[in-house]
Amino acid sequence: MLVIVGAFLFTPTAEGLGESTRILYFHVPCAWVAALAFLVSAMYSIIYLKKQNAIYDMWASSSAEIGMVFTVLATITGSIWAKAIWHSYWNWDPRETSIFILLLIYAAYFALRSAVDDNEQKARLSAVYSIIAFVTVPFLIFVVPRILESLHPDPLINTEGKINMNSKMLVVFLGSLTGFTFLYYWILKLKIGSYQLAGVIQKKLGKD
Amino acid sequence: MASKLLTLLQNSVFIFIKDVRLEFRTRYAVNAMILFAITTLTAISFSLGPVRLDPNLVSSLLWILLFFSSMSSLSHIFVREEEQQTSDTLRLISGPIPIFLGKWLFNVVLILCLEIIIVPLFFILLNASVQGMSIFIVVLILGSIGLATVSTVIAAIISQASVKGALFAVLAFPISLPILISSINGTRLSIEGNNFSESMDYIQALFSFLVVIFTVSLLVFEFIWKK
Repeated sequence: MLVIVGAFLFTPTAEGLGESTRILYFHVPCAWVAALAFLVSAMYSIIYLKKQNAIYDMWASSSAEIGMVFTVLATITGSIWAKAIWHSYWNWDPRETSIFILLLIYAAYFALRSAVDDNEQKARLSAVYSIIAFVTVPFLIFVVPRILESLHPDPLINTEGKINMNSKMLVVFLGSLTGFTFLYYWILKLKIGSYQLAGVIQKKLGKD
Repeated sequence: MASKLLTLLQNSVFIFIKDVRLEFRTRYAVNAMILFAITTLTAISFSLGPVRLDPNLVSSLLWILLFFSSMSSLSHIFVREEEQQTSDTLRLISGPIPIFLGKWLFNVVLILCLEIIIVPLFFILLNASVQGMSIFIVVLILGSIGLATVSTVIAAIISQASVKGALFAVLAFPISLPILISSINGTRLSIEGNNFSESMDYIQALFSFLVVIFTVSLLVFEFIWKK
């Protein structure tokens, strides 16, 4: 799986208009996975509230942890790209703002988790916060860039929703997107597995 | 069905009146809020002196002022319940929806009262004036109801956590950001002139966000409230 991901991410060296645009293949999938991780976290939060089974909370918080890492990556790659193209690290462009807010939401989520001691309360309150915070995300991603002018290039945020990219770039880009998504899913499964193992070990230690 | 709705609303009003009465006994939240706002306003005005600011700065400062004033005291309604240990009694006497509605109403009234005092003072001290009054009032009201809604639901969450004060601002800020962005831009447009078509974008965004966050908060409150 990782080999496929690696192969996709290394082929872009053959294409791209201007050297610095190649970071697109890393930056956009990072931002996409960050948003996806958040969506998954919110979904599992809803399921947790309905079924009250602690395993869903584990999914929700693991997804949030990964999402946080990818958000940081997206912010950093975006900032580097911004320096290369627009010659400044940070501009409060709507998309930049949205990813920064996503970072804040993740940080707040983990702050909340660490502030509550009782496990059941922790799970319940963070599930609620995840849902509320998720409500703001569509607004930030879709509404704000339509209203305010943006420095981000047109193929990403045009009003018809079409993708106007060179077809070669498109193929590599979509491949990278898929690769990143698989990477995210793979890490998520690993995390869940390790948490469950830890739980099993704890139980055994508790019994002895 | 209609009678059930009526009972719900009646209960919310009862809880609202109870909170208002309690508030008048000690006047804690009102005082804290107004004093905080006046202190901040004085600091701003004093440090700026007689300088005339452009609309961008004026609207940003206004909403920073309103945001931090809400952060300082809108969590009071739930935190006081936990501290005085009346929250369990509250859980017994009423379902979650009237409690949310009553507390929400209280927060809205509180922030609107603050604005009646602070906003004119703000414009007088900063030597600015609003050209498009109707837009300004709409944006102000929508934005403050938005801040009150976010504060109510986050206050409910943190009242059950341990480190209440700092956590409140941390949790509330990301969710208030769409409100703040739209409100600041809307206010800026209203200060510059009576430009309805441009500000309509922001007003629509504000209104839709408000509806969405209010509905989600109402639905989710039950899970926060029940232990």
